[in-house]
Amino acid sequence: MNTLATTLSDSVVITKRNLIKVRRVPDLIVFATLSPIMFVVLFRYVFGGAIGGLPPGISYAEFLLPGIFAQTVVFGSTITGASLADDLQKGLIDRFRSLPMSRSAVLVGRTVADAGLNVISIAVMALTGLVVGWRINSSLGEALAGFLVLLVFAYAISWLMAVVGLLVRTPEVVNNASFIVIFPLTFIANTFVPLETFPSVLRVFAEWNPVSTVTLASRELFGNVPPGTPVPDVWSLQNPVLYTLVWTAVILAVFVPLSVRLYQRTATR
Amino acid sequence: MSDAIVVEGLVKRFGATTALDGVHLTVAEGSVLGLLGPNGAGKTTVVRILTTLLRADAGRVRVAGLDVVEDADAVRASIGLTGQYAAVDEYLTGLENLEMVGRLYRLGKREARARAGELLERFDLTGAADRPAKTYSGGMRRRLDIAASLIARPRILFLDEPTTGLDPRSRLGMWEFIADLADGGTTILLTTQYLEEADRLADRMVVIDRGRVIARGTADDLKAQVGGQRLEFTVTTAAVLPDVLERLRGMAVDEPQVDEQARRLSLPVSGGAEILAEALQRLDGFTPDILDVGLRRPDLDDVFLALTGHAAEETAGDDDRPAQPAATGGMA
Ligand SMILES: Nc1ncnc2c1ncn2[C@@H]1O[C@H](COP(=O)(O)OP(=O)(O)O)[C@@H](O)[C@H]1O
Ligand SMILES: [Mg+2]
Repeated sequence: MNTLATTLSDSVVITKRNLIKVRRVPDLIVFATLSPIMFVVLFRYVFGGAIGGLPPGISYAEFLLPGIFAQTVVFGSTITGASLADDLQKGLIDRFRSLPMSRSAVLVGRTVADAGLNVISIAVMALTGLVVGWRINSSLGEALAGFLVLLVFAYAISWLMAVVGLLVRTPEVVNNASFIVIFPLTFIANTFVPLETFPSVLRVFAEWNPVSTVTLASRELFGNVPPGTPVPDVWSLQNPVLYTLVWTAVILAVFVPLSVRLYQRTATR
Repeated sequence: MSDAIVVEGLVKRFGATTALDGVHLTVAEGSVLGLLGPNGAGKTTVVRILTTLLRADAGRVRVAGLDVVEDADAVRASIGLTGQYAAVDEYLTGLENLEMVGRLYRLGKREARARAGELLERFDLTGAADRPAKTYSGGMRRRLDIAASLIARPRILFLDEPTTGLDPRSRLGMWEFIADLADGGTTILLTTQYLEEADRLADRMVVIDRGRVIARGTADDLKAQVGGQRLEFTVTTAAVLPDVLERLRGMAVDEPQVDEQARRLSLPVSGGAEILAEALQRLDGFTPDILDVGLRRPDLDDVFLALTGHAAEETAGDDDRPAQPAATGGMA
């Protein structure tokens, strides 16, 4: 069998294995579905009334949902790191590495399974969003592109988290560390409030933060940016899809080879 | 017979720690090698290098005739590894675990399933086949782990402390499985801290301590290094000891030891069980004074203590053992 075919078939085996776990561990399903529902509802009704500066002609629900999508899928990607650290701790990586299997299949299978979990999260959030007033005001193709850009960006973050997981080796530490980094990253962005309300330094950070651009990209693709909204004066926000895809490509280009290399050298301690 | 495993001059450092300091060993095809050593001796490091998980800093390793660095993938296809801690996926059932590993060894779907069924049967796990491994006892996980490493019928099997942490009954069961595999022709490298285990399962042994081989050979070779067998008598009163000694002196191959306080006589001898019969014949008339007679061979615990100057297992409680001189060098 050639390498591509073996990588694919091994990756399918590993993806299946990871998805079985999702089915058997209710916590994961809860994390992937209930907490986004809670976020949608809390933000929509608790902060919704207080958040000002929205472009005219748009409800907070419509502004909010793409932001929550972005935050949730980025957090969803941290599961990759925690799960790999867990596999490492439990000796499973040693087992896999002693088998004549593809060197990247464990990582591919992991990231693909976590992308699958993100699909579930987004679907649940979208339905909840529709209930609380979110609407897609674009074509089906654009809407699908909106979901795709979120998932693709999150997929790249998964590979970054794979490197973190293989280096940190303790699932709890991976979780805490990524919380400390990702929480501010998803808040210092246009996810929940318009950037116009930010103090200047934070605003510059937020304008170039890829979480902002992935949010804006999906907002535009869902038709959640009303016509007549002033065009931002920074390049990243003028070209959110392109800017997000550049980040995605760079993250993948760096962290896919890095994590495969780390995987090949790592062993349970 | 050719060698399934050849290890030459293996060196591995972790920062300032030298885990392996020039290990040489060979394992003949179809034989069982016991790699013995206390905690931290370097056993797991050897296994990890031989199974392609770690790279050595120096030395050469050939497994199944292949270089573990250059031909890592081909090596992986011909070995099975059961690591020190059971590496089973807790969320998968026993059957799913085995099927997954089978598929990753490139067995077809149907074959993987059939092999999994066979092995579950053989390792007494059929009843638990459809339960997640999370619910398994320690012994069941170990068995599942070994079953996983056997799924593709590897020619060479590595078992890193396969019975550590098992209760005595599970340990006996595991010994039977391993002995069966060896009988079936699988080459096995087994690490253990238990001398009894090596004595029971291994054809040859390599003893390592602090990353160096300190002895090697068969169990008998190692025992011979510490000294041969002894006839030991305990008598009712120390007063008869000189007479007993007088009668037996001709049988001794070395200087006898007399312990008046313990009313004990220890006589180095050579020969089989008939020695005992001869001794009793010579003592005709003294039998009422003799409390206890025994032909004692040194066991591997003695060997270990003699070679390393410390006991093999911290738990062995060797405080009351007579001090033995540390032997120098191995039989390498
Ligand atoms: N990954 C590692 N990093 C640092 N030190 C290690 C590592 N693996 C093993 N060691 C050290 O190498 C020595 C040998 O360890 P090991 O091979 O696990 O011994 P054993 O299996 O005989 O108990 C020990 O001193 C251990 O602390
Ligand atoms: Mg060990």
